Amino acid sequence: MALHCGRSCRQYLLHLAHDHVDFRLPEIKALLSLRGRQFDPSENFQERSPFWRLNGLSEDDARSIMKRTVCGKSVFELWGHGATQTELKTSLLEYPAENMAPYLKQESTYKINVYTFNKTLLFKDRIEKIDALDFLPFEGKVNLKDPDHVFCLLEDYGSDPNDIPEKPLYMYFGRWIADGQRELIRSYSVKKRHFIGNTSMDAGLSFIMANHGRVKAHDLVYDPFVGTGSLLVACSHFGAYVCGTDIDYNTIHGIGKASRKNQKWRGPDENIRANLRQYGKEHLYVDVLVSDASKPVWRKEALFDAIITDPPYGIRESTRRTGSHKDITKPPDDFSGESHVPVSMAYHLSDIFTDLLKFAAQHLVLGGRLVYWLPVYRPEYCEEMVPMHPCLTLISNCEQTLSSHTSRRLITMEKTKEPEETDALAHLADPRFRPYQGHNSFREKYFSGLTKKSSREHSKTSSDGGE
Amino acid sequence: MKLLTHNILTSHVKGVTKGYPLLIKATEVRVNEVEFNPQFVSRMIPKLEWSALVQAAEGLGHLQDLPSSLIQDYENNEEFLRKVHRVLLEVEVIEGCLQCPESGREFPISRGVPNMLLNEDDS
Repeated sequence: MALHCGRSCRQYLLHLAHDHVDFRLPEIKALLSLRGRQFDPSENFQERSPFWRLNGLSEDDARSIMKRTVCGKSVFELWGHGATQTELKTSLLEYPAENMAPYLKQESTYKINVYTFNKTLLFKDRIEKIDALDFLPFEGKVNLKDPDHVFCLLEDYGSDPNDIPEKPLYMYFGRWIADGQRELIRSYSVKKRHFIGNTSMDAGLSFIMANHGRVKAHDLVYDPFVGTGSLLVACSHFGAYVCGTDIDYNTIHGIGKASRKNQKWRGPDENIRANLRQYGKEHLYVDVLVSDASKPVWRKEALFDAIITDPPYGIRESTRRTGSHKDITKPPDDFSGESHVPVSMAYHLSDIFTDLLKFAAQHLVLGGRLVYWLPVYRPEYCEEMVPMHPCLTLISNCEQTLSSHTSRRLITMEKTKEPEETDALAHLADPRFRPYQGHNSFREKYFSGLTKKSSREHSKTSSDGGE
Repeated sequence: MKLLTHNILTSHVKGVTKGYPLLIKATEVRVNEVEFNPQFVSRMIPKLEWSALVQAAEGLGHLQDLPSSLIQDYENNEEFLRKVHRVLLEVEVIEGCLQCPESGREFPISRGVPNMLLNEDDS
């Protein structure tokens, strides 16, 4: 159980939140790569455990990850660990004394916390556990309110709440270094956001997306399906300049019906710029435009450092692009250019993804990332369905379950090659696109699980086409 | 609409081959102070079409004496970066339109937001 590293490379214990479990590893890997670090876990690494031991990091690396992560709760400099009390003690006694000494000095103050996963301890049991650590050479004074150094005993009682063991399965002891950014989930909650829509992305997932996309200060980030700008808000928190487009004129201008309960119409100044202002990030607002994501409105250059987006699947918002139906009876003629509403038509999911990947290959800088959600009909899903592009390398693919038969997958890709002529048509030969082709099959399958009554209503509305 | 956006926008009217740069016809222009970030401005400069930026700034009367061609060593020239910053991020077209230089098609700008949607017959 000895820690095999000396002074130069200490081991760090990362304590992770036990939700969005699938999204944690790609987040931590992305944040490590921002520091030029590899993910180097200890032997017996288990992704689903709330405790990860990481090698090859400096304290600065560990701190910088915690400044970004919403999956990680805290990080500790690991002093010892083991499956039993004896193993933990042996491990702690093997930890180099010179690494401990600076934090145990007589003139310093400290406190020891006890954290248990999947079990609640009585106060007296906690005290007992702290007392059992008295073999460590603590020389300073205890200060519970404002200590110089915080230490923590972390105990893992497994992940089954119906079968909690008497004794912990594993124990860790270390010096607390920093907490993660879980607080952002509350402070950026859409409940308190000035301007929201029916499909505003929740704060936690928005930050996870920005992290998977390695969005950082001085970047230019683009969202082609911007909606009310939830993803731009998260990206601007990390210092990126943001812009976006949406086909919906009313959303971009913040007019029309409100999405909030108890509020009928949107108020003045409900827009994306005001959302950024709310969090003190208006200086990072570049622009939002009314535009159709399927149309080439940007110069053909590598302009964006990241593209972070939540494309419409046609479930809670319609999939639309501009264009003409052959059977249009009469285009609206009483509008001038400004408020003219072009006829929108159904935008098939396969086309959305083809366009999005092609756009990313064209407009991302090399090494830039595309992060987006792919809706999935679970009984038929296989990895081969994830759309590919010769210029984009798949980095991660994480599932968020929505119902028994549907989920969405957060796909992260990195641009690893500049596009050439031959890449433009590559997707046509790619069988991966088939599941999303033709008749918006995901949408049909999504609703296939609903009751007869509501699916009848659905087929009535969907036959109206697009809207 | 900021001039950074204008610099990367192009016309997508069907059949148009020279849709860049879009002409700005502004009826209301505002200058909003924005926190200066030399790193971001330096990162953007290589992505810019310099002559289009100068032309746009001049058209709006906010040229800031920007030279007609990009200078060397701009990363270390704070005075220059501040001027570019002003033009890229502080000058905003609030009302007006963008015109496709080839087809003449106009894209309206209202409350600072360009509308790039086309009619069925243009797209």
